Amino acid sequence: MKKTDIPLIVNGRRIDGRLPEEIREIKMSVGEILNADGSARVSFGKTEAIVAVYGPRALFPKFLQESDVGLVRVIYSMSPFSVDERKNPAPDRRSIEISKVTKEALSAAIFIEDFPKAVVDIYENIVQADGSTRVTAINAASLALASAGIPMKDLVAACSVGKVGDTLIVDLNGKEDNYSEADMAVAMMPSKGLITLLQMDGRLTKEEILQLLKKAEEVCKKIYELQKKTLLEKFKVEED
Amino acid sequence: MTQREIVLPGTYIEERKGRKIVNCYVEGEKVFSKVLGILKISDEEISVVPLAGKYFPKVGDRIIGRIEEIEVSGWWVDINSPYRAFLPLAEAVEEFVDVRRVDLSRFYDIDDIIFCKITKVTKNKIIQVSMKDMLARKLFGGITIKITPYKVPRVIGKGGSMIELIKKKTGSEIYVGQNGVIWIKGGKKEKAIEAILTIEREAHISGLTEKIAKMLGE
Amino acid sequence: MEEFVKEYLNQGKRIDGRGFKDYRQIEIKHSIVSKAEGSAFVNLGGTKVMAGVKLDIGEPFPDSPNEGILIVNAEFTPLSSPEIEPGPPGEEAIELARIVDRVIRESEAIELEKLFIENGKVWIVYIDLAVFDIRGNLTDASVLAAVKALLHTQIPKIENEKIVRGEFVSKLPVVYKPVSVTIGKYNGNLLVDLNKEEEEVIDTKLVVGVRDDDKICTMQKQGIGTFSLKDVENVLDLAIEKSKELRRLL
Repeated sequence: MKKTDIPLIVNGRRIDGRLPEEIREIKMSVGEILNADGSARVSFGKTEAIVAVYGPRALFPKFLQESDVGLVRVIYSMSPFSVDERKNPAPDRRSIEISKVTKEALSAAIFIEDFPKAVVDIYENIVQADGSTRVTAINAASLALASAGIPMKDLVAACSVGKVGDTLIVDLNGKEDNYSEADMAVAMMPSKGLITLLQMDGRLTKEEILQLLKKAEEVCKKIYELQKKTLLEKFKVEED
Repeated sequence: MTQREIVLPGTYIEERKGRKIVNCYVEGEKVFSKVLGILKISDEEISVVPLAGKYFPKVGDRIIGRIEEIEVSGWWVDINSPYRAFLPLAEAVEEFVDVRRVDLSRFYDIDDIIFCKITKVTKNKIIQVSMKDMLARKLFGGITIKITPYKVPRVIGKGGSMIELIKKKTGSEIYVGQNGVIWIKGGKKEKAIEAILTIEREAHISGLTEKIAKMLGE
Repeated sequence: MEEFVKEYLNQGKRIDGRGFKDYRQIEIKHSIVSKAEGSAFVNLGGTKVMAGVKLDIGEPFPDSPNEGILIVNAEFTPLSSPEIEPGPPGEEAIELARIVDRVIRESEAIELEKLFIENGKVWIVYIDLAVFDIRGNLTDASVLAAVKALLHTQIPKIENEKIVRGEFVSKLPVVYKPVSVTIGKYNGNLLVDLNKEEEEVIDTKLVVGVRDDDKICTMQKQGIGTFSLKDVENVLDLAIEKSKELRRLL
């Protein structure tokens, strides 16, 4: 965590004017990518992710197949124009790690036993990055998976929480991500109260972590309601 | 939760009460939906009809497949699913066949289209089909189109009413597979395809039957 | 083997007779590679990792012009397991390196500002991890090796703008001894130091990086299982408890 001279909290307001517990404006939509079996777009303020899901589909080469469960694969990537300094499109170590933890976070919610020997491929692209990209992508992936008919225990909602100076905050933007005292990414199945992704960097006491987890759960529940609303609106069926 | 309500993965439905569940999971006695779909509740069953997704074969389904590969003792069939099916020699041909002498392509060749029945689905998704069904046959000529499997019932209609309407109005020969593959031959093919794709797009809208009838004209 | 391991776990036992909160035998050696500015070797119940620290001079990052740089790499040598294929690091090696990096970096163990040489020149600290045998709990072993190596790393002399290898002027300024405690969850129980067989059966783990003052500097959930909030609280308590034991070995 680098130090910065810019104070991140002034008079109880964050650099973008938000209160510590305020989330940015969230937009969600489903079904834009017609080729995909499921797709979704989610943005939190200026951070935007688009996700496409393909599957379940046959998995080759055969040696990758597991006879009793299916496979979930995730590729998280950032578009070169998504950040201030152009990002080389080749997969970097950070993207590879994020792909791995995202795969684990979503697999926890997917009934992989329902599609043995097959694979569900999830392609996440960050179109614009202003902090909290991996959780934004997970929120979109959840919608894409549901709209593709993939069997799941629950939708997965995710958010970031952290500490700037002495203040605990939610939904970190880019600057806060870089300069915070600590930041934590949390994904959960909100109706079960079960965490599927948890990563933290910084310096926090155990009590601070528990407080932040409670705040993360509240935020995830709000995101969950939005996800449900987005799906129901898209798939609204009128009585015949 | 009420009938025909849209449910999402994780939506709580109700208590199981000993009923069969389809596309749902249980936690103790509580039944939850696994998929995005429409809820159907009866005294015998709680099921969610998926609003999206691939075709997952069920025993008894009549489907349209394409021969993909010829083996020594049968054929691999593409059934528009993450899984392909196997058509064993014994389920395809009545007479005795000496596999050492006979080339199986004599009976079914690569790219042949067949209307067959799913006879076996194991837990590990080994799928078997059979031609030993009253309605099974090889489909010659014609073309195939694919629609989302869950929209098939709409294309068929109550008691077959919709598909019969299309067949009558277009004079085309049409076979509808539960796997979302539809085979059409002859008659006003293009009109038939247009009607079917319209049904797929607007399956949820009321007054569809009248609209299709009008579209197909007199 | 899987069924066997599960049977034991279900009865509250482990196949090697340990308690759920017991670490295996840990052997740590340092300064074994003379060409490295710092090095250490850890054998944690059979999992063997070597950490080598090399120092070099380079340009600082633009947004921290007065700070040294830390770079951590990990390599699963083909010796370590029948499943490893030679080639560039796969996702597991990458994740391992990044976790070790974060435990050291976020704990602020190295005083990076003291690695400033002059304008445009800072010390770069390369930590390379070589994994020689994987018998479970690679993360904790690797963090121990890396931190032990850092604690015995010396800064070489600079003469005429060049590094004089083999001649040292000071120790690397290390002010904390962070450790990681990886905890697995199975059937509602928490276990530390999973061996290889247990890792195949337990799909829910949380790696916790703990600093000397009990502050948590890193958390990484691994596996396709889940944790409730209460689980996380229990994991943190256990991690803080065990961290003290591990730190004593450094």
